[in-house]
Amino acid sequence: MSAAAGFERLEFRDPLRARALVSALERAVERAGRPIAIMHVCGSHEQAVARFGLRSVLPDALDLIAGPGCPVCVTDAREIDECVALADRGVRIATYGDMLRVPGSSRSLADAKAAGASVEVVYAIDQAIELARRDAGELVFFATGFETTAVATAAALLSGVPPNFSVLAAHKYIPPVMEIVAEMPERRVEGFLAAGHAATITGSGIFEPFVARHRMPVVVAGFEPLDILAALVKLVTLVAEGRPEVANMFPRCVTREGNVRAQELLFRALRPVGGHYRGIAHVPNGNLRLRDELARFDARRRFDVDATRLPRDPRPARADRCRCGDIMAGTARPTDCQLFGTACSIGSPVGACMVSTEGTCRIWMTYGVGGGP
Amino acid sequence: MCLGVPGKVVAIDGMEATVDFWGVRRRVRLDVVDEEVSVGDYVLNHVGYAIRRIPEQEVAATLELYEELLRAASSDPMAEDVLSEIGAGAKERSEP
Repeated sequence: MSAAAGFERLEFRDPLRARALVSALERAVERAGRPIAIMHVCGSHEQAVARFGLRSVLPDALDLIAGPGCPVCVTDAREIDECVALADRGVRIATYGDMLRVPGSSRSLADAKAAGASVEVVYAIDQAIELARRDAGELVFFATGFETTAVATAAALLSGVPPNFSVLAAHKYIPPVMEIVAEMPERRVEGFLAAGHAATITGSGIFEPFVARHRMPVVVAGFEPLDILAALVKLVTLVAEGRPEVANMFPRCVTREGNVRAQELLFRALRPVGGHYRGIAHVPNGNLRLRDELARFDARRRFDVDATRLPRDPRPARADRCRCGDIMAGTARPTDCQLFGTACSIGSPVGACMVSTEGTCRIWMTYGVGGGP
Repeated sequence: MCLGVPGKVVAIDGMEATVDFWGVRRRVRLDVVDEEVSVGDYVLNHVGYAIRRIPEQEVAATLELYEELLRAASSDPMAEDVLSEIGAGAKERSEP
């Protein structure tokens, strides 16, 4: 579909500005004189890109890749296994909704729940704390997500929780995984779009060391179509001009310093440790775990979790063909997976990328392949 | 989980605010937000914590984006995220 026809179908709030931004983007890509691949690392960005059909108006020489931006999807199978092992032991589990159907290497939490385990969905950690207060039994909150969600876990732990409450932390920290993805030999990425609301907390300055090390630009973007287009123009311009810089194209929400109070809470409760991301790799400092001062609320230490004795998934052949890991790393698209839209669908997902509302497969399935009209 | 959701503060009790999200009222913690929040302010809520006070001049434009989102079909992933963020199913939602 041509860009012009794309515009007819897309409902930009300000079509004139959208056209001007796309023209600017075309000029910037021309100036570079080569195909450019850039990556975003936020499920909400992929949602916006796909739902507004932005890829249909991008220049052909610009490849906008969805990276490891779905926190549910990058949660490692072993972390799911740990939680399933706890649930099997009769410990009550509370977690965010999308986590239920995410496959572990044995079973999902939904499978454990169907077999009689107590697994409750909450939309906030404070709800889980309420559940713990209501009943004296042990309750474990399975805490997943990036910085924005980790801040909530940290603040809740620091404000005081009941003695029967503990946290199984599987939080991920985005800057370290950008380092890994930037160095992947399979796909040469020349710049990153960073997520606006996460940067509200961390500040745009958090990307400065990355930019210095990898000599590639990072642009912080909002979630409206025009925000994303404007950020793409900035990012491609920086790439074309060979300027490795951090640019903040979401200044109405993000400052260089970010929310200092939130950062202080985050790192008072949690510390970065190395750990696995589903399908990507071991990421040094890529996970956030409870600090020693909060060890008494760390479910791993309270329960001596052992997930090694869980039976393996009896459907390995199907799960082995799932490309979720490659899709999270940005080295494959959903359409490269032979299960996409056939054996794996929204109603019957095989991999985490089809389970989560922030998963690239689920998003592409909802809006049509690649997104847009 | 990247997308925060804006709501209007209707009451404050210490570190806890009652916030109205399109007719759904939820308790939101104020531990994390780095500005003073008063009744009538709009805050950006993220999993039960306000991460930012929305400046008055930005409230209208911010709400407009989300209102457009919430008019979408129930199968829309972005709308679904917004609804699960405020802990509300589509049925619970009332008009703003």
